[in-house]
Amino acid sequence: MIEVRNITKRYGEHIAIEALTFTVEKGEVLAFLGPNGAGKTTTMRILTCFMPATEGTARVAGFDCFEQPLEVKKRIGYLPEIPPVYQELTVMEHLTFVGRLKGMSGAALKTGIERVVERLSLGDVRGRLIGNLSRGYRQRVGLAQALLNDPPVLILDEPTVGLDPKQIIEIRELIKSLAGSHSVILSTHILPEATAVCQRVVIINAGRIVAVDTPEQLSARLRRSEKISVTVQAPPADLAERLRALPGVLSAFDAGGRGGFTIECELGRDLRDDIARFVVSNGWGLLELKTISMTLEDVFLRLTQHEEGVEAPVSQ
Amino acid sequence: MSPVTTIIAKELRSYFVSPIVYVVSAVFLLIFGILAYLAVVNAGNQAIRMMQLQGTMAQLNLNDLVIRPTFYSMAVVLLLVLPILTMRLFAEERKLRTFELLMTLPVGVNEILAAKFISVCLIFLGLLVLTGIVPLILAAFSSFDWRPVLTGYLGLALLGALFLATGVLTSALTENQIVAAFASFGLLIMVWLLGALGAILGDTPTGNVIAYLSFVEHYDRLVRGLVDTKDLVYYAGSIILMLVLAHQVVDSQRWK
Repeated sequence: MIEVRNITKRYGEHIAIEALTFTVEKGEVLAFLGPNGAGKTTTMRILTCFMPATEGTARVAGFDCFEQPLEVKKRIGYLPEIPPVYQELTVMEHLTFVGRLKGMSGAALKTGIERVVERLSLGDVRGRLIGNLSRGYRQRVGLAQALLNDPPVLILDEPTVGLDPKQIIEIRELIKSLAGSHSVILSTHILPEATAVCQRVVIINAGRIVAVDTPEQLSARLRRSEKISVTVQAPPADLAERLRALPGVLSAFDAGGRGGFTIECELGRDLRDDIARFVVSNGWGLLELKTISMTLEDVFLRLTQHEEGVEAPVSQ
Repeated sequence: MSPVTTIIAKELRSYFVSPIVYVVSAVFLLIFGILAYLAVVNAGNQAIRMMQLQGTMAQLNLNDLVIRPTFYSMAVVLLLVLPILTMRLFAEERKLRTFELLMTLPVGVNEILAAKFISVCLIFLGLLVLTGIVPLILAAFSSFDWRPVLTGYLGLALLGALFLATGVLTSALTENQIVAAFASFGLLIMVWLLGALGAILGDTPTGNVIAYLSFVEHYDRLVRGLVDTKDLVYYAGSIILMLVLAHQVVDSQRWK
């Protein structure tokens, strides 16, 4: 559905993005993850034909973003970083305006507006001026306008910014419900969001793609060892050393006192059972035992902070 | 509704929601009224003076004494007022980031530009129609030649459209409305002064070319009741030039 090949965008000397290549299949939800200034917005602006790439080609639904911008624009719903809403219009007027420019009219326009008003719970504010609405409502009007003509491709630049936790969950559910029938690209730096709604994650840093994979695969790929956290009621003074002596354990150290220890073991070995037995049989009192999985957050930080982060050691 | 009419409707709505149109209309109509009143009083004084000198009832030419001076003053007022109407057209969209919405909807730059220009022209024409009350009142109490009044209005409309097109161009150049309005003033005053420069150079080829570039002499002929194709061509050409430049500016923003 979306096909990006080797796109580069230069502003004079400054390179915003360099040789990005990725594709989004029909029905797939893809997250763009990266620190501020990584080039997420630039990439989205190229895909929505707001600006052309310096080099490379981008195609949406088979149409070239540079050669046939009108055809591309017809098939994209776009929510920019700052919701583009006319403050002097009411919610209904704004949606009608956008709907007409998207080529809708008559009954189709009316039902289309009702549908997005319903989906984004805008019913209470439909007659209010957008200028008087809160940030969260404006964000939702922005989303409503992107979804208005039910376009096959949605490009959402930080769709949940400015929303309260309940709304964030609602919007994530909404985006999840779009998967399957729509191709969605969303950018975010809220990492759990990417894990929650996306099938694939593209991590970009300083204008380059550093990783593309599913959220689970990404964390698995970067894991060098399994980590276990154990909390013991009455640990002996040399517990860390005695844990280290267990087979399969690479290292063990006191995690901030209170009987908590972090144990690193060889990849692919689950030592939880061994450790439980060891603690219980010695009568130290096992309070808690769990594996520590690497969150996408860890992956993200490692990929964007270390050069070729995959090889960087796990630091505590 | 076509994209153009949709945008025109939205622009008109935005204009009438903001206080700008009301302030501009009030100032414009007030100044127009005062200028017309002063011209009439001046004509009256001259009539009295002539009566005292000659002892007869003077045959006053209202076209010369009232209508033409008012039209000349109006050109200056338009120069000051119209950039205020056009300054928001693109600058505001860029400042409030709605420009990105407009440029990513399936609408061409041509349509956006045409709609914005037409919407502000409609407001300006509305203002011109309201000024019609002055010649109507004048006609109730005196008689004058209507032809120069009508061609004068044609001149005002064309001159105004040129000012508006210039304002659209400067608004597209910046996201600061004040800068847009001021750039528009500056540009128009410079073109105006070309007329004075042409007059200094006199009837030389350079002088004629420079004078032709200014809108002063083209407007002058229309106010005096002369409709000449070369003046109409001047206005049509310069308006189109401004809009084409504005198109280039809006389009090139994508490239930055």
